[in-house]
Amino acid sequence: MRKVDVSSVLGASAETPEGLESCIDVSGLNLYYAKDKRALNGIDLKIPKQRVTAFIGPSGCGKSSLLRCLNRMNDLVDDCVIEGSIEIDGEDIYSKHIDVADLRRRVGMVFQKPNPFPKSIYENVAYGLRIQGINSKRVLDEVVEKSLRAAALWDEVKDRLHDSALGMSGGQQQRLVIARTIAVEPEVLLLDEPASALDPISTLKIEELIHELKRDYTIVIVTHNMQQAARVSDFTAFMYMGDMVEFDATDTIFTNPAKKQTEDYITGRYG
Amino acid sequence: MKISAAKWFSSGTPFVWLNAGAVAISILMVVGLLGLLAVRGMAHFWPADVMQANYAPPVSFGSVMSTEVLGERVETESVSSIQIASSGIPVDESIPYYDRELVKLGNRDVTGADFAWLLSSYLSNISYPADVVALERREWGNFYGFLTDVRETGESVVAAAAEEEALWVEFEQRLSRALNIHDEIYRIEKIEIGEVNYALERLRLRQRGLELKGEFDAETEATFAQQREELGADYALLQQDLVVLNKAIERDSALFLAANGAEVDIELADIVRAYKPNQMGLLDKLFIYFAKLGEFLTDEPREANTEGGIFPAIFGTVMMVLLMSVFVTPFGVVAAVYLREYARQGFVTRAIRIAVNNLAGVPSIVYGVFGLGFFIYIIGAEVDQLFYPEALPAPTFGTPGLLWASLTLALLTVPVVIVATEEGLARIPRSVREGSLALGATKFETLWRVVLPMASPAMMTGLILAVARAAGEVAPLMLVGVVKLAPSLPLDGNYPYLHLDQKFMHLGFHIYDVGFQSPNIEAARPLVFATALLLVIVIAGLNLSAVALRNRLREKFKSLEV
Repeated sequence: MRKVDVSSVLGASAETPEGLESCIDVSGLNLYYAKDKRALNGIDLKIPKQRVTAFIGPSGCGKSSLLRCLNRMNDLVDDCVIEGSIEIDGEDIYSKHIDVADLRRRVGMVFQKPNPFPKSIYENVAYGLRIQGINSKRVLDEVVEKSLRAAALWDEVKDRLHDSALGMSGGQQQRLVIARTIAVEPEVLLLDEPASALDPISTLKIEELIHELKRDYTIVIVTHNMQQAARVSDFTAFMYMGDMVEFDATDTIFTNPAKKQTEDYITGRYG
Repeated sequence: MKISAAKWFSSGTPFVWLNAGAVAISILMVVGLLGLLAVRGMAHFWPADVMQANYAPPVSFGSVMSTEVLGERVETESVSSIQIASSGIPVDESIPYYDRELVKLGNRDVTGADFAWLLSSYLSNISYPADVVALERREWGNFYGFLTDVRETGESVVAAAAEEEALWVEFEQRLSRALNIHDEIYRIEKIEIGEVNYALERLRLRQRGLELKGEFDAETEATFAQQREELGADYALLQQDLVVLNKAIERDSALFLAANGAEVDIELADIVRAYKPNQMGLLDKLFIYFAKLGEFLTDEPREANTEGGIFPAIFGTVMMVLLMSVFVTPFGVVAAVYLREYARQGFVTRAIRIAVNNLAGVPSIVYGVFGLGFFIYIIGAEVDQLFYPEALPAPTFGTPGLLWASLTLALLTVPVVIVATEEGLARIPRSVREGSLALGATKFETLWRVVLPMASPAMMTGLILAVARAAGEVAPLMLVGVVKLAPSLPLDGNYPYLHLDQKFMHLGFHIYDVGFQSPNIEAARPLVFATALLLVIVIAGLNLSAVALRNRLREKFKSLEV
């Protein structure tokens, strides 16, 4: 398999992760799903602000686990133990004083499979605000429109805002979920293989959307699809068997990886 | 081409036949059951032709007892001659089987029995005279006879030579007047006097309550006395009306000639319905049929439940099931939410779950005993002590009643709701919960706004199963509130409108009562079938409405079902 030529997509980028202000600071992170089942081994990572960072790696390498640590989704898993620290904007998110619900509002997450609520399109987007106790119709109308526009969905659904969200196509549903997430104005967007269940056209739309959104949000995306990582991300972390093998600017990873393992994966020799 | 047995077997054909056969038998059983209930029950309301015949069975050798009979043929069956011989009728031993007919003779007050088995071979001169009148009476069951005279205060009002037709017209006019007066009397007795009595009773209880608290002084005594006087005056007025009406309704009577030649004077006040079945066309009969059916559905029972309607039983059944649903659904759902969502899934939770499942298998009479011992004797007695001391020693809630019956059935059905709701909760995709949590919702908000609405079809399934079980339950109800005859409905116009402490009637118990506790078996039997059919219809109706509701909810959430 030939090497993916990313410089034409991204343009030359001289940025390195160290040179930028970091948003999420992961250090010495270990994750156990059971006593002797370790999923992450001492991960150290600084995710830069207002950039797109991609996690790539073979199935089971721990990239989704790491992503789910960033908004404490792993709390829902019984017997899950986390060691080390994760700081977002200098605040330890595993500290006792953290309100988990508030953290998750600040760190939004979009999942692999579109998961709209069985409510209308409007109510899906308004959900996060209603949770916060905002019920003013004027505010809701405004936020719903703004979010749907930001998710490039407004023109498609503006005439059927009060129809059930379950009647939309998969790609629309995923963009609705993104709109729903940005409606609560998070600082970070976590995308867990957001396009893996979608057709190529919908995938393209989601990728364009990520480009749009990175101006305002720090985005972390997990993907299986290396071309996608190359197309949308500024930085790429390659993970293997719970280890962070290499983390660098995307074009560096794809054109000139420092580690043999990374190069083997990128060129399709395994994984 | 010959196919080997082994090949035929492995092709699956016999299995398909087996499955289809099982389904076919199930359908046959259901259709047969409903058909039997419908035919045996619904035929009862048909105004059959009235037969006149001479019945002359040999009572002993040589002597024959001849009687004229007048009645409706109900059914025919064959009985062995030995059986007939043993009942005292001499038979020809060479004939193995005799046909006999069940005839509804009515006239219980004249002849003693209103049904008789007559041997077909001794019936002669069978005719269907056009002038036979069938009367439904408030007492003594039906009457069959010929109208001979109409009287007002004992004096004949029609000329002796008056034609049959003119007599009947006169009779019908006076009957409709009597029926109107009867309705008015019923209204005054049941509703207006009922209201006054209820108000008097409440007044007495209020006074007793004040006395118990020591706040009953001369001033309140005066106001109470005044109120009581007012109510007494109302009562006296109603009583006067009643006297007038009773006099008016007793004015008319009619003279009938019964089959045995006796002349019977029947007060029009005692007649519910009169018709000449042998003269009526199909349309007229249908009219009477539906009128009788309507009476059955909307009226109160008469004559130890063997006549009249079963409305209080329908009402009681529906009321109890609705109340039970109101109790059981929130309780079961809340318990299921804790078990599935909050409790740590360990040994204890598993043990509780198994215990809950097993509760569903406890015989219902056990719940009845529990309801009686716990709800009524402990809770009810306590409630009386605390809230109704003025009524003591007469119990208010310390006695079987609607509330306790509903609660007992709620207890009986709560495992079903818990299990169904738990399964529903377990089926909600994890991704939806995570989607909500990822937006900053707490676990409670996620449950309340997303998970529970999505699990609502499963809750409805639980409720459907609960209703199906509760509506058909009789045994526990006999201990906790159902009675043979309730004097009033648990819902009426007197404050507080819904009387949870009252005893009530129930279709299931009504079947038992009419079928097995009735003095008049032949009269009651069709009612057993009709009531059973109605019970099935009521349960099916309750279930179908719940199913319709569930389907609407499912429709709403369907694309999320994985």
